[in-house]
Amino acid sequence: MTLFDAIVAPGFFANGPVQTALLVGGGAAVISAAIGVFTVIRGQSFAGHALADVSSAGGSLAFLVGFAPLWGFLGIAALAAMALEAVGLRRARERDLATGVVFGAGLGLTALLLHFAIATRSSSGAAISVMFGSIFAIPSGVVLPALAVGAGGLILLGAIWRPLLLASLHPDLAAARGIRVPLVGLLHLLVLSLAVTLSAMTVGAILSTALLVGPAAAAVRLTRSAGQAVLLAAGLGLVACWGGILLAYDSYGWTPGRPWPVSFFIVSLIFALYLLSGLRRPARLREA
Amino acid sequence: MTDPMATLDVEQLSVAFPGRPVLRDVSFSLRPGEFCGLIGSNGSGKTTLLRTILGLQAPSAGTVRIGGHSGAGRRGLMGYVPQKIGFETEMPLRARDVVALGLDGARLGLSFPSRVRTRKVEEMLEAVDAQAFADQRISDLSGGQQQRILIAHAMIRRPKLLLLDEPLANLDVAAVADIVHLLHWFAHEEGITILVSAHDMNPLLGVMDRIVYLAQGRAATGRTEEVVRTEVLSRLYGHHIDVIRVHGRVLVVAAGAADEIPIAMERHPVHVCEIP
Amino acid sequence: MFASYMINGWIVATIIAVVAGAVGVFVVLRGTSFAAHALPIGAFPGAAAADLFGIHEIWGLLIFAMLGVLGITQLGRRQRRDVATALTLVTLLGLGTLFLSLSGHYAQGVFALLFGQLVSVSRGDILPVAGIGLLVLGTLAARFRPLLLSSASPDLAAARGWAPAQLDLLFLGLVGLTTAMALPVVGALLVFSLMVGPAAAARSFARRPAQAVALSIAFSLGTLWAAIALAYVTDWPIGFFVGSIAAALFTLSEVPRRFSRTALG
Repeated sequence: MTLFDAIVAPGFFANGPVQTALLVGGGAAVISAAIGVFTVIRGQSFAGHALADVSSAGGSLAFLVGFAPLWGFLGIAALAAMALEAVGLRRARERDLATGVVFGAGLGLTALLLHFAIATRSSSGAAISVMFGSIFAIPSGVVLPALAVGAGGLILLGAIWRPLLLASLHPDLAAARGIRVPLVGLLHLLVLSLAVTLSAMTVGAILSTALLVGPAAAAVRLTRSAGQAVLLAAGLGLVACWGGILLAYDSYGWTPGRPWPVSFFIVSLIFALYLLSGLRRPARLREA
Repeated sequence: MTDPMATLDVEQLSVAFPGRPVLRDVSFSLRPGEFCGLIGSNGSGKTTLLRTILGLQAPSAGTVRIGGHSGAGRRGLMGYVPQKIGFETEMPLRARDVVALGLDGARLGLSFPSRVRTRKVEEMLEAVDAQAFADQRISDLSGGQQQRILIAHAMIRRPKLLLLDEPLANLDVAAVADIVHLLHWFAHEEGITILVSAHDMNPLLGVMDRIVYLAQGRAATGRTEEVVRTEVLSRLYGHHIDVIRVHGRVLVVAAGAADEIPIAMERHPVHVCEIP
Repeated sequence: MFASYMINGWIVATIIAVVAGAVGVFVVLRGTSFAAHALPIGAFPGAAAADLFGIHEIWGLLIFAMLGVLGITQLGRRQRRDVATALTLVTLLGLGTLFLSLSGHYAQGVFALLFGQLVSVSRGDILPVAGIGLLVLGTLAARFRPLLLSSASPDLAAARGWAPAQLDLLFLGLVGLTTAMALPVVGALLVFSLMVGPAAAARSFARRPAQAVALSIAFSLGTLWAAIALAYVTDWPIGFFVGSIAAALFTLSEVPRRFSRTALG
């Protein structure tokens, strides 16, 4: 058995669900990394987390009614993004409280919808799927729409790139140049909701924060330009995602009958990469 | 009365927030190349005045004209250096990139390499003497270095008016002297009108042509010698103020109200405003 | 609804509501929303691990909750608090999914631990929960003034001899303990709502801290009792009712706050 066979269990690349997983997961990693860089810079990780949590209601609705989770996640996440921006301008402490409580209600709604989905349609795996992802169970027909969502997000991000950078650097500087800062903030959240959609399908609603923030935070530490940060983050995200899928596939043979969850591998790889990025501290040159 | 030569013309400007007036009837005008200090203690309305001039705050009365334009048309004629850029995290943006954003940050889309842009950025970096650290991250720079980059960012589109909000706060003595020297150069050599806000006027004494002194929401404006006098400031504050000149420095001291509080600090004198 | 097998549930729920209501007031006053949201998520794998290793749930929860508290205080020191903490907790969550999946109770485990369940409460659960509850309430009572003072002005508290860092750690520990006891019944994702919704509402109507605590406990009891009763009758998940009632309480409390300056906090 060659080294390659040891790492990649046989049949990996030929496996249908694996191919779907690689494509959707890859798309999720790229768009999450790209917008994640801005989310980290702007200090809006909590908003990303809240968005992801609340999108779970959309996913559960999809399970209940029987349409593709992609649209469920997307619809609710987009609505939540707009609500967040509307709430967003108040004092940080109050905002966190309000966000947390209102989205707690959203999670409660998820509980209810999942309950119905499990009871009426006997999809007992619904809770796992929605909250922790079901990347191997994605129907191949969803791949194109998913990649389209990801591509759409990237295009939108490219369009607002410069104003978003300037507004993130200092909102007053941007406003003085005529940039509509609240609009730019809203568009950032909307692209974030697109990313959340894909990452929720990949690793599930609650874990999608890892995909959004982990590779981005690692890249921001290591690079000097936003463009480089996006590229590096995408690379790290792809490594974690594809590596996780590979390990999950391999794990079929470890504890017989029960493979380990993919999202566990992906999230753990992201965490490991983040920790590694902390090891390299670039020397800071400061004038006296 | 509008001065046709004026770069900045502020006429009877009043700004009020719900429930409290901040500025009342402020009027002054500045010509090209003039260096003006906007002096007042914290909370006196300096930032509000700057933001109103910039168009970020709507006045309740009065007008602001820059180069004759009063509406959105004045935007392109101004450069702005805000008070403090606080970075939440390491910002992946080189100093050079920040300067470039000054040129095209408001345009949609990604920025593609352009020789014209690179040349303009280099010119500005040279003008503010920032080439040594141009490739470092903006968040890794010292306060003085960041200020120079922000000035370059504001100046790269060659505005007629440069507004700076407390650029000297939190800088050490050497950095203060550097920045003042740089700003003076822009005013003197390039004919840019400079409006700098500060709570301590002393670092600016040597270069200020005019002063706008804010207290109690009102302003005393004119040449420094005319304004920084006991009679003028006492009238402005509404009670007795002593202006003391010591070793070429100015101390503004309040006396009266509940108790006498003369305050003299050697390096960074602070004016005391007794609010009745 | 008051059958013998439900009585245990009512007793445990009552203790949980009292503690969550009391601690919640300080969560709101001190602004520790993030920790209150994150600690339950970090404690989640503890329950899963306990299931896997066959020990009582509460021990797993306690251990992981305390690990979470340490993690937040340690990581918060050097790096940006929210990114590092969020990643750590999410990774712990991922670990939890591994434990659950290996234990064979993946599907039900996920639902119960995330959204709460009442049926699983047994007689043997009452004593540990009561013990922890007493510990938390006792500590709160003993450190009432310092905690209050340091939330309003850390410098004043320090001047009186109570170091803010120590108080922070102590309080986070209390939040961790509350999390561990509340999670099985209310669910990891809704512990925050139970702590914060009633407390925020109480803050609007109370004029003094002691009043706020009493009111918050009352609201919290009302919320959880109503949630259990409704869940029993409809067979819908407890978490749904906790989340909805807490949100309704919070929204309603915002109304008097807009018009009143006498509200606490």
